[in-house]
Amino acid sequence: MANRHDEQAPVEQRAAALEAAFEARGMKAADFIDEHTRRVDEEWLPRNGARVVAKAWTDPVFRQRLVANGRDTVAELGLTMPVHHRHLVVLENTEAVHNVIVCTQCSCTAYSIIGLPPDWYKDLEYRARVVRESRTVLKEMGLDLPADTEIRVWDTSADTRYMVLPQQPPRTRGWSEERLAEIVTKDSMIGVARL
Amino acid sequence: MDGMHDLGGRQGFGRIRHAPDAQVFHAPWEKRVNALLALAVREGLVNMDEYRHAIERMEPRHYLGASYYERSMTGLATLCVEKGLVTKGELDRLAGGRFPLSGESAPGRPNAARRQAFAPGDRVRVKNEFVPGHVRMPAYIRGKTGVVVSRTPLYPFPDAHAHGVTAEDEPTYDVRFESQDLWPNGADAAAVHVGVFESYLERVP
Repeated sequence: MANRHDEQAPVEQRAAALEAAFEARGMKAADFIDEHTRRVDEEWLPRNGARVVAKAWTDPVFRQRLVANGRDTVAELGLTMPVHHRHLVVLENTEAVHNVIVCTQCSCTAYSIIGLPPDWYKDLEYRARVVRESRTVLKEMGLDLPADTEIRVWDTSADTRYMVLPQQPPRTRGWSEERLAEIVTKDSMIGVARL
Repeated sequence: MDGMHDLGGRQGFGRIRHAPDAQVFHAPWEKRVNALLALAVREGLVNMDEYRHAIERMEPRHYLGASYYERSMTGLATLCVEKGLVTKGELDRLAGGRFPLSGESAPGRPNAARRQAFAPGDRVRVKNEFVPGHVRMPAYIRGKTGVVVSRTPLYPFPDAHAHGVTAEDEPTYDVRFESQDLWPNGADAAAVHVGVFESYLERVP
């Protein structure tokens, strides 16, 4: 054995050990991992949220329903959320108000809609700072908001999930839903970028 | 618990390592660990509140030095040992070295005895409570006053659900706090919205 028993095992070996423990209990971990990996790579992608945003930009009635009841309304597009995500709140950005989301205590996100959280969202820096230094942090990340724009930070402290509905760029008026969806990024639905 | 995980408003952290094409995973084992958690939840072995609390119980230096998926793996492995799926000794043996786990859990608690329902516009204060077990109240709102914006559907009460304590599901309230109330003269101006469980709140007369 490469390591003495009192030395901490490398992280890859610990992960393999945990997987082996699941297998030893007959939990068929390897099969499930393949299935889960497919979902991660092919289903839980920001293009889901991008479709929602594009539809909200082009269909005011859909937008109204979306803001009133996010979870049921994204389901109209065939988009589902995990059972424990019981509520989806869609936050509309305007000229006057900019929304940004965080989870200070862990890293919760509406991952089946806006995609799994990027590395920086899960880092200690973002979690510690954005609630207290929102304007400074957004500026560091390349988003320099006008001084009179109100910033609203949403801390995902319960199993309600949030997504930001970015403003439609004026240059894209009249575009098709499909074309609009292509410009919507994960960052814009977290609220650290405008489009 | 006032754990190392409760980072909102902590100072001294540097720039965010942001990139527009930021990755979710950085190594194959991370994706496998992420799947094991999903499997454990699907099989009813763990719930999300137990999982979050198991991460919060990590030794603080380990927590701060670990990547997101190492924290996730440590929390999940801790629960697997506590629930009898595997022993600590077996994990160490399979890993070929020490497999550090989280610390022990303090007891949980049921819902507050006298809960009050609130309506949008109500002024509320977050109770000045120090909870030894799991709690989803970020410390930066403890004792602070805000305004109710909306009410959510019912959720399992995390302080109980993380500990196998029987409790009623309860709503959370979207409470709007002003950053200047949370950190007087020490924050960028902003509204900070937090989803706060009904048990954590009291009405401000």
